[in-house]
Amino acid sequence: MSHTADVIVIGAGIHGCSTALHLAMRGLKPVVIEKDHAGRHASGVNAGGVRQLARHFAEVPLSVASMELWERIEDLVGDDCGFTSEGQVLVAETEAELESFRARVDELRAMGFTHEELIDRVELKKLVPAVSDSCPGGVVSRRDGAANPFRATQAFRRKAIQLGAKVVEGVSVTGFTRQGAAWRVSTTADTFEAPVIVNAAGAWAGRIAAMFGEPVPLEVIAPMLMITSRMPHFIRPVVILRGRKLSFKQFNNGTVLIGGGHLGRAYPDTNYTELDWTKLRESARTVWDLFPIMRQATIVRAWAGIEARMPDDIPVIGPSSTAEGVYHQFGFSAHGFQLGPGVGALMAELITTGSTNLPIAPFSIARFSNAIPKH
Amino acid sequence: MNGAPVFENTYDVAVVGAGPAGLAAGATAAKAGLTTIVLDENPAPGGQIYRAITTTPVRREEILGEDYWDGQKLIQEFQSSGAQLVSGATVWSISRALEINVSQGGQTHLINARWIILATGAQERPFPIPGWTLPGVMTAGGAQTLLKASGLVPSGRVILAGTGPLLWLLAAQILRAGGDITAILDTTPLENYVRALRQLPGFLLSPYFAKGLRLLTEVRRKTRVIKGVTKLEAQGKDKLAEVLFATGSQPATRMAADLLLLHQGVVPNVNLAMSIGIDHRWDELQLCWVPVLDQYGNSSVPGIAIAGDGAGISGALAAAERGRLAAYAAVKALKPEALSHLPAEQILLQALAKAQAGRAFLDTLYQPPKHFRIPEKNETLVCRCEEVTAGQIREMVALGCEGPNQLKSFLRCGMGPCQGRLCGLTATEMIAAERNVSPQQVGYYRLRPPIKPIQLAEIAAMPQSETAVKAVVRG
Repeated sequence: MSHTADVIVIGAGIHGCSTALHLAMRGLKPVVIEKDHAGRHASGVNAGGVRQLARHFAEVPLSVASMELWERIEDLVGDDCGFTSEGQVLVAETEAELESFRARVDELRAMGFTHEELIDRVELKKLVPAVSDSCPGGVVSRRDGAANPFRATQAFRRKAIQLGAKVVEGVSVTGFTRQGAAWRVSTTADTFEAPVIVNAAGAWAGRIAAMFGEPVPLEVIAPMLMITSRMPHFIRPVVILRGRKLSFKQFNNGTVLIGGGHLGRAYPDTNYTELDWTKLRESARTVWDLFPIMRQATIVRAWAGIEARMPDDIPVIGPSSTAEGVYHQFGFSAHGFQLGPGVGALMAELITTGSTNLPIAPFSIARFSNAIPKH
Repeated sequence: MNGAPVFENTYDVAVVGAGPAGLAAGATAAKAGLTTIVLDENPAPGGQIYRAITTTPVRREEILGEDYWDGQKLIQEFQSSGAQLVSGATVWSISRALEINVSQGGQTHLINARWIILATGAQERPFPIPGWTLPGVMTAGGAQTLLKASGLVPSGRVILAGTGPLLWLLAAQILRAGGDITAILDTTPLENYVRALRQLPGFLLSPYFAKGLRLLTEVRRKTRVIKGVTKLEAQGKDKLAEVLFATGSQPATRMAADLLLLHQGVVPNVNLAMSIGIDHRWDELQLCWVPVLDQYGNSSVPGIAIAGDGAGISGALAAAERGRLAAYAAVKALKPEALSHLPAEQILLQALAKAQAGRAFLDTLYQPPKHFRIPEKNETLVCRCEEVTAGQIREMVALGCEGPNQLKSFLRCGMGPCQGRLCGLTATEMIAAERNVSPQQVGYYRLRPPIKPIQLAEIAAMPQSETAVKAVVRG
């Protein structure tokens, strides 16, 4: 059977679902094709950080715009997505690190962004009393916070469907052919036709891009997370580090999530991930050093999601450089969750108007046109 | 004996679990000349069935019965084989590269194996009736552990409820040890007797037939047995006070109780195998997940085999035979010239077939009824750790939750310290029933190591893996 749509979005992660929702809000009829189910991979199992803090400068405008959507997320998707705003704190472990943070905050101010605030030892202790006394200060982004990633992805999916989008799950894309001004998408089930394709396929987006003749050096990664049993409440904001890898958050129920980007092994063909305990040991050591209270903690579970990373750690956003009507939205390099609402809105703007208010040139896929694709 | 065990870096064969399957596997592999280690979580070997067989304070042999003391032969065979046993050793992660993280004495050790045999046995099936979390309600298996390991005989008004061979065995053991049982509430559905009749000829050949009959007669002579129980609730304010039950369509009766021991069969303990990504399938007769294995017990992950009840419930005798077969396959792969030291493959397969005779009868007769597997009342707890009720799960399924992993995200169901052991089967069967699809389609929790909670401090102090050390050296 063949179906027609205005836009075909490949991938029902938070990005694909958000783009579908914003397209539907603009009156279009999108179809989302998902090989597993919505939020099955990185979008559903990430640490849930909603963070403007410490982003690549190119991402800051998108992140700030996305934050505005997070702050009215219930109006947007009809669900609070578990979003709470207790702030995020970037902790400096040394004076030298604090100095580099100071330079960064100053530079952001010069660009007109004020969400990052340098804090001294006293303010750091006030915000994060449990942090080791050896830390000289840090940076806070007070409006940042965290959300429930699977619930959020499902909420975007549900709202998109309410507004007329169609989400087809358990179906994989197998190929594309040009039919006049439209693309015909063949899948493991029906075929779909639309003039516009959005590649939001996460870890599998490199395969989709290659089908359009523009291979990218996308690396499939499996960032790992660990969670503890319930502990007495001792921390409100999310804490991150830059020198060593750590993100750290305590939930309302007392459990503590430990992440930070240490990588396990990903098997994208079978959806399987394998944890690397040598690296999780590093996470445990960092937590041991930074939060003495955690030395008694018990780890009850660890896991990893499958995700895409680009060599420069920023995503690919924008039109294809080879295929008309094709747009890319992938490669968020383990920090795409917060960007989901904003980039979905931006993609809908780009597709319906042909341009965007926010700058997206740094994210062009053309930046890899001379790179050798990795496998 | 005292002092920390010495672990080698690499073993030919590592066996997880020292129950009948693990002991037999370890002994067989070691006899063929393979360096063999058996890692067992308990303080002493024996697994559940032969728990504490080398240390139990229960000295009167008739209390635990001859089937229990039969385990001594396996222990002796193991002790003379040259295999190394490490007790108090919790395996909490195994990789596909056959690297084992094992916690012993508060420290994690990394062991590499050329072959791994999982013999992690069975666990009791969840029995989620109203009030099953009240103090004073425990599992029959838990009570049997206390009896075997510490000689503790339950006292006060004791009620046993449920179905399955272990319930009757425990009843006999309590009575022989001088304990009293107020009543046994038998939840075996009466129609199961009719269905099981077809399997009776096979069971007549089984080693369990005569023993089982004797056991039932012994218990019935000394205790009130109420058959055909269709409704069961534990009631009380802060602890168990009464058991409410009904048979058929009769009105419910109350019985005062101090201790209620629940049991409705055992199921494979799949957490370790699933955490390695070994393929499993839903077994429609035993109503549980079983690993997909070849005739030797080899799993879908190369180099990892599964023996014993963890491969599908078959009982202690079959467990030992499966252990021998799995070790035979390891020898065949690692040291084929040593096969001559072992019994022929045909003999091992025949011994297994004999030990499994009559299994279908027991599985059919003691298949627990749906209303005791899937709580009918919405207020009944399913996930004890996170206090998730049957009603909450039904609500989530109505909202579009298609499997247990979505339940985790929405309700934290299955995310507590027991890692889904007490709610997983209920969650799968409940979602399947609500969606009107098979449990196979619904699937199970995605399990990942650590398969047992582990101290952060212990992870922080872990040794580095050889591959990591090499990577650093190469720089």
